[in-house]
Amino acid sequence: MALFKPKALECQLQNVKGFEKPKVKLEQYVTSPHIAAHMLHTIQSTFDDLEGKFVADLGCGCGVLTIGAALLGAAQCVAFDIDPDALEMFTLNVNEFDICNIDTVLCDVRFIPVSWKKTFDTVIMNPPFGTKHQQGIDLQFLHVALNLAGKSVYSLHKTSTRKYVMQKAESWGAKPKVLAELRYDLPATYKFHRKHSVDIDVDLIRFNLE
Amino acid sequence: MKLLTHNMLTSKCMKGVTVGYPLGIVAKDIKVSETEFNSEFVSRIIPKLDWNALWKAADSIGHSGDLPQQLMEDYENNEEFLKKVHHVLLEVEIINGELVCPESGRKFPISQGIPNMLLNEDEL
Repeated sequence: MALFKPKALECQLQNVKGFEKPKVKLEQYVTSPHIAAHMLHTIQSTFDDLEGKFVADLGCGCGVLTIGAALLGAAQCVAFDIDPDALEMFTLNVNEFDICNIDTVLCDVRFIPVSWKKTFDTVIMNPPFGTKHQQGIDLQFLHVALNLAGKSVYSLHKTSTRKYVMQKAESWGAKPKVLAELRYDLPATYKFHRKHSVDIDVDLIRFNLE
Repeated sequence: MKLLTHNMLTSKCMKGVTVGYPLGIVAKDIKVSETEFNSEFVSRIIPKLDWNALWKAADSIGHSGDLPQQLMEDYENNEEFLKKVHHVLLEVEIINGELVCPESGRKFPISQGIPNMLLNEDEL
């Protein structure tokens, strides 16, 4: 399978439609096509963790990461999210891209209804960061991800929490490595964002489980 | 919802449920399609499956075909067998219906191919 160059993948992912009415409580932001494309491209080209693999996306939202993974050759993907409206948009997007190897489950990732351990080869996610109403939720997502993945987890976490995230991951038996430092440029998604855009420093971390 | 996904789903996060597996299936609408066969992927997935649960699930919706009830040895090299597994795992989708917890009887609706496994506050 030909590997999309990051720019080409980014172009494709720009066609993924975002949340119609993002919910503050769930910290719904769309992972930018630029970040998603570079993240996914690295995961495949450096680590070969997408093509032919069984991939999960925790907190998939409208599906940027899952769709990108499928475009890069994932064999099967299962996406999980708590919001039925997001999954409705997700389904629309998947149909637009005419992708058939994605399944979805509506659930709370923190109580993920999955019985297998090490089910998936790779888990990818852009979890809620745990600000505002849900403290510690990013680590809850990470803990679930580390149980579900057989080989590796790729996740985005606020740079300000890096030390704590790495420590926790190690205590859970993973070998974490920061792959890149990114900057989220979030346009004023919610009414309370007084600035025009909000910049957040974010780490892309690979958690090795082998 | 493909049978591959069904094979991993459980209701064990529910209060009062010990195992919650396998979930029963009530299928109202099923879609059968043709998808690309990847023998290597199917071969790698088989050891992760609960084979008995897979066969029972497929049988309960009338789609077990001639899939053997017991998993054979040396399936990695049996392309015909792998194709049958591929079909049952990935080409049969429950579009509308329900999943049923074997212990509590609680029903989880499936609509537009998506199982709703959200629990109420009093169920956690």
